[in-house]
Amino acid sequence: MNLTLKIWRQSGPKAKGEMVTYPVTDISEDMSFLEMLDVLNEQLNARGEEPIAFDSDCREGICGMCGLMISGKAHGPEVTTTCQLHMRSFSDGDEITIEPWRADAFPVIKDLVVDRGSFDRIIQAGGFISANTGSAPEAHSVPVPKPKADRAFMAAACIGCGACVAACPNASGMLFMGAKITHLGELPQGQPERDARVVSMVTQHDLEGFGGCTNIGECSSACPKEIPLDVINQLNKDLRGALMRGE
Amino acid sequence: MTDTQTASTVAPEAPAAPAREAAPGVVHGLYTEGEPIADTKAPQGPIEARWNKRKFDAALVNPANRRKLTVIIVGTGLAGGAAAATLGEAGYNVKSFCYQDSPRRAHSIAAQGGINAAKNYKEDGDSTFRLFYDTVKGGDYRSRESNVYRLAEVSANIIDQCVAQGVPFAREYGGLLDNRSFGGVQVSRTFYARGQTGQQLLIGAYQALERQVAAGTVEMFSRHEMLEVVVVDGKARGIIARDLVTGEIETHLADAVVLASGGYGNVFFLSTNAMGSNVTATWRAHRKGAHFANPCYTQIHPTCIPVAGEHQSKLTLMSESLRNDGRIWVPKNAADCEKDPREIPEEDRDYYLERIYPSFGNLVPRDIASRQAKNVCDEGRGVGPKVGDFRRGVYLDFTDALKRMSAEAVAEKYGNLLDMYQRITGENPYEVPMRIYPAVHYTMGGLWVDYDLQSSIPGLFVTGEANFSDHGANRLGASALMQGLADGYFVLPNTIRDYLAKGPFPKLEESHEAVVEARASVDARVSKLLSINGDRSVDSFHKELGNIMWEFCGMERSEEGLLKAIDLIRGLRDEFWRNVKVLGSADTLNQSLEKAGRVADFLELGELMCIDALHRRESCGGHFRAESQTEDGEALRHDDEYAYVAAWEWGGQDGAPVLHKEDLVYEFVEMKQRSYK
Repeated sequence: MNLTLKIWRQSGPKAKGEMVTYPVTDISEDMSFLEMLDVLNEQLNARGEEPIAFDSDCREGICGMCGLMISGKAHGPEVTTTCQLHMRSFSDGDEITIEPWRADAFPVIKDLVVDRGSFDRIIQAGGFISANTGSAPEAHSVPVPKPKADRAFMAAACIGCGACVAACPNASGMLFMGAKITHLGELPQGQPERDARVVSMVTQHDLEGFGGCTNIGECSSACPKEIPLDVINQLNKDLRGALMRGE
Repeated sequence: MTDTQTASTVAPEAPAAPAREAAPGVVHGLYTEGEPIADTKAPQGPIEARWNKRKFDAALVNPANRRKLTVIIVGTGLAGGAAAATLGEAGYNVKSFCYQDSPRRAHSIAAQGGINAAKNYKEDGDSTFRLFYDTVKGGDYRSRESNVYRLAEVSANIIDQCVAQGVPFAREYGGLLDNRSFGGVQVSRTFYARGQTGQQLLIGAYQALERQVAAGTVEMFSRHEMLEVVVVDGKARGIIARDLVTGEIETHLADAVVLASGGYGNVFFLSTNAMGSNVTATWRAHRKGAHFANPCYTQIHPTCIPVAGEHQSKLTLMSESLRNDGRIWVPKNAADCEKDPREIPEEDRDYYLERIYPSFGNLVPRDIASRQAKNVCDEGRGVGPKVGDFRRGVYLDFTDALKRMSAEAVAEKYGNLLDMYQRITGENPYEVPMRIYPAVHYTMGGLWVDYDLQSSIPGLFVTGEANFSDHGANRLGASALMQGLADGYFVLPNTIRDYLAKGPFPKLEESHEAVVEARASVDARVSKLLSINGDRSVDSFHKELGNIMWEFCGMERSEEGLLKAIDLIRGLRDEFWRNVKVLGSADTLNQSLEKAGRVADFLELGELMCIDALHRRESCGGHFRAESQTEDGEALRHDDEYAYVAAWEWGGQDGAPVLHKEDLVYEFVEMKQRSYK
């Protein structure tokens, strides 16, 4: 198939960016979206134009490194990561716009590459269970009811890609944060730090310049791992409880 | 850079091709043999007492002194992330590096199936000794007994540690942990988190690491790539790294350096590794004196999604746990290969693994499953689209499992894998059997280390897939995660202290001659790559190298093919340094430049892999030499000649590599020809 791509080019963090149009031809429907960009980059390189910078690493939908706004949708038209999106989701003649994640908390580094260090700093604020190496009790000493283990797992499936933030009109990081609060809060091991965790993470989230949640739900529908919106309810509930208990 | 250098057609980097039969004592004209080496750190005595003895004998560092010691750790996967967190908790100053934008993205995250541990929760006859035995046997008797026993011994602690961190392993209704079985063994000792075990373990290590970043014990350098190791007075004292965002070349000095930078499977271009996985950290260390052990031992994983076309940028693995419930087959008759598989009746299907290996069936080790898939496709019985003259695919069929277990139960266990298959191929595996084919997945070879995980450069430690130590010639499923975390949480933190107790080492200035030299070599290399301005992209070289490696150093190797490969690689490397085209500048994010540096190192590693494969005139594990097979076409080892670790020393820019042999002695496991029949 033949396509018209309109791609955000920005030479550096402080440079002014612009949309540039690139036609591509003979794209196979078995290609992944990123392989289609690889083909374009090879062509750009051959004619002496600098290739388009974009992030990707595992290309199997789990590392969370890739992420593009594709025709206005985070990760494009399917519920998956950009690397797992295949060209069979598009038709001959389509015009596709490709932009980086758009959020103040994710500043652009170059072209389609953004800085998501703010997510790491939210985890540093409390997204962990303090268990020094070697101090752990025997694994079977604390059984975990299967429904709780399953819900923890569901929330822990978050890959930290940032699609939730990019999709949200407020650029809120609440789904990302709610997923971690739910994962650790469902487990008995996560209880001792539960109150402190939620307060500290929310404080960091706001400091980083993420917006507030107004229950729109775009985050959850863009999430490639289908993290449900109720993790945000869980976060709010934990936060209320923690503040009432004086944390 | 001087004018003469710019005008030169061969880069300062590119080793000239030594003429064959040139120097006396040079074997095949390709390498020389040096003094044998030995692991001097493993204690003697009963195998179950060795690790405790080493931990006791290793010197201690007083908590007050730890904060005066700096350790650099390159890589934030299971081996690097766990080590950084643990050493940070212990009070050392840690500097952690990764090329990704966050430590959470290291490629351990993509491991699917599970992690082995000798907990014997199923009471099915498992024990530390059995895990040790299975791993030695699975590695085709080419690993060290002491190392493997220690791995089995600490495996149970790993599960305890991960559960305490909140890793959401699969559980049974009673709330206890579930287990499943995996290739190459007959007990259920694999812990898992659906098909995302690596992700969950890595997030556990990542969170522990971020906790230390917050505590100030670990300083994190993401989007940084190590490009050189600094060696001063024979000791590793730091690294030269490039900030991938600003392009700045930085010097980082320390008391010890740990490489946890993963494997080198991307030398094949197409592999299940991440796009950025590379050999640069370990190869640079090799060039500075660290021996590279068994580079030819690569693992070709049997259950990957087949290649779809020329555009392919990577291959996707599907956990071999699918082999627990899926059945592998091809049509008995080549004439049926184009038919809809659902229309091929039972009697016309060849469930070849169940036929050839009745006792292990679909659960034979990876090397065997892969080679048999190649064999049936070579016979013309492969399925799916033709690649060249052959169809390269076999069926992995869930029809029986769906009848036996219900679609819901299958989805519960394998849902994410089957969904991934559908997204990539556009076919629904609940209705049509999946097509799979082997792909490069893991490298058992790596930098040589002693029992303390210290390389042949004092102060340079190597953990996880980056070292060679535990898997011999073939790794069993669910053992990579085990080794990464064993090294990171429990082994390295106990052994590195014996070295650090000798420190703090003399304070080093950035103006020291060795530091300046290391930094200048990095600058020169970056400038050189940007100045060639030839006609071919980095990817085109990488693809060509990958084709050479897959064809001649892949699932089957022969003397003739390997000699040819070595000539081809030398020619390609020469062309690379004359004709590569890298656009953009050095002072900004430049992904072509990053790739160029990695491919330049792969072009050197590829040759060493072929030399290693050529010199090992036996078949063992993932290394199958066409000249060394049984009448049934199974791998034939030659223990009398080859029961050793091949540790290669860099032979210099124009010299041949030097082979050092470390004899493998088996005191507790009897060496046998493997049989899974």
